Amino acid sequence: MRKYIPLKWQTKEKFVEIIISSVGFVSVIVLLLIAFFLFKEAFEVFYRAGFYHVILGTQWYPTSDPPKFGMLPLIAGTLTVTGLTAIIAIPLGLATAIYIAEIAHYKIREFLKPLIEMLASFPSVVLGFFGMVIIAPILSNWLSSLLAERLPELLRNTSLPFISTTLADFCYNKFFISSGLNMFTAALMLTVRAIPVISSIAEDALTAVPRTYREASYALGAGKWETIYKVVVPASVSGLSVAVILGIGTIIGETMIVLMVAGGAAVIPHWIFDPIRPMPSAIAAEMAEAAHGSLHYHALFGVGAILFLITLVLSLISDFISKKYRAIKIGEKV
Amino acid sequence: MIQGEGNKHAPFELVHKRKFNLKEGFFLSLIRTLGFTGAVILIIILLFVALNGVKALSWDFITKPPIESMTKGGILPVIVGTILLTIICMVVIIPIGVTTAIFLAEYSKPGFLLNSVNMSIYTLAGVPSVVFGLFGLSVFVITFNFGMSLLAGSFTLAVMILPYIISTSEEAIKAVPYSFREASLACGTTKWQTIWKVVLPTALPGILTGAILGTAKVAGETAPIMFTAAAFFTPGIPKSVFEPVMALPYHIYVLATAGTHIEQTRPIQYGTALTLIILVLGMNLIGIILRSKQRVKKAW
Repeated sequence: MRKYIPLKWQTKEKFVEIIISSVGFVSVIVLLLIAFFLFKEAFEVFYRAGFYHVILGTQWYPTSDPPKFGMLPLIAGTLTVTGLTAIIAIPLGLATAIYIAEIAHYKIREFLKPLIEMLASFPSVVLGFFGMVIIAPILSNWLSSLLAERLPELLRNTSLPFISTTLADFCYNKFFISSGLNMFTAALMLTVRAIPVISSIAEDALTAVPRTYREASYALGAGKWETIYKVVVPASVSGLSVAVILGIGTIIGETMIVLMVAGGAAVIPHWIFDPIRPMPSAIAAEMAEAAHGSLHYHALFGVGAILFLITLVLSLISDFISKKYRAIKIGEKV
Repeated sequence: MIQGEGNKHAPFELVHKRKFNLKEGFFLSLIRTLGFTGAVILIIILLFVALNGVKALSWDFITKPPIESMTKGGILPVIVGTILLTIICMVVIIPIGVTTAIFLAEYSKPGFLLNSVNMSIYTLAGVPSVVFGLFGLSVFVITFNFGMSLLAGSFTLAVMILPYIISTSEEAIKAVPYSFREASLACGTTKWQTIWKVVLPTALPGILTGAILGTAKVAGETAPIMFTAAAFFTPGIPKSVFEPVMALPYHIYVLATAGTHIEQTRPIQYGTALTLIILVLGMNLIGIILRSKQRVKKAW
């Protein structure tokens, strides 16, 4: 029988440290694995269909014969809907952050902060469902008739030189919404998704501005808005830009909302009421019918790889900004 | 240079109460209105889904399986599927996440390796959920040959929630005061004993709060399970981890878009959405309350 020899505690400690350190690298390994598998599966389509044809091709007909895998409509769909959402969501998100961090009464803040946080983990499928069931019918039935029928009529009756002709025709042509499932509806629902992301990060950045800055500003006779606009916001501008970048990353990657309400037409949009098919929705909608190993399957991984690269670049930029910001902060700590 | 109002006026005016300033008032109320918009939208959506969904909710709805090609009956397998996915995901990821957090907070030394770990966590947090779905499809479903299954879906969700678990746990561990560690080490314990007996028990409430909030995020996700676990319909509760499952978010999506009886199943859609919201926001609320209680309790 072997005698049990207890390990020396130094050995044990070393052992534990090695185990923990090796588990610690799991996130690096996972990230590398994601990149590896995405590009491995995506390589096929870029190789067989040609890189430029895939990236710059304007026809996405994956099931026709011969299939066409031009991803430009999908990329354009993502970029346009992201841009439109950003225009609505960034001011709202930053305003929410400024309100919570600077203006709101203590009690309102205690109520609003958790509410915004809850909005951040609100299931996006429910937002998509809401957009489909409520927003889309309102747009196509009510807003469309108001803006494309009533408004032009009203404008024509004014018989003013520019308004009664050009503007009326513009409204008549451009505000007719044939289907409520379009880029605008998607942008509205994506806004709801992006506001909490932007505002919670921006609020952290605003709260990190030392109190002495504000007091110095008030002491010089500045009002509340002047202090916010000329002292607090400039002092936290890098944190705010990180918030904006991460918010844009969330919008680009959001799947269920665009899948349910963006309309799903893989064409380059010309106007905000056009149906679009952004990249995540193309992946989610077509993966089920793409046979494993087919070129369509690889093409969808190609879309995923582009999506991955875009968010990777956004993460790197925001990491760079926040590192730089931290370096400044230590220097001027008050 | 800050341009105060004061230097334009005679000094005695400074001691008076500020007059109403049009610019100040305009911008402050603008910010106030915009700031409230987000909260108002959430309340509108919540109320809307709740009012419509509450008609569908009943004891039968949550304890009976769907019948007649999902146009009638309840959503029991759907709820069970979501709960199973979340539990397996959390059981897999919490040990890994907490170990990584211990590494980051206690063992790591500044340098390239630590930077690369932090960078990878940061990047993973920004990867879109649908890309995790593709990863899960390629790795767990096809390479590991799990098929569309509970296990593949749980693992995919686990990979997705990893950065969140790591950063909340790391924060909880770093919040333990350094004097605790010093007191323990002064008693002659080793580093690991200190971590295991002092640091982790103190950080446990924080870690658990992070896990609960993470669970809420996992339960509401659709895109990662779409091609790894979620089934259109299964007759009952899955018998093994290698079977596909139904899940609440996917069920809403399928009923609202792909079914043949979209209008007919509207009540079921609202009911399912309400169940999901109750589950997700309930977990969130528990997490937020726990966290604020910890903040009050921490008096050291």
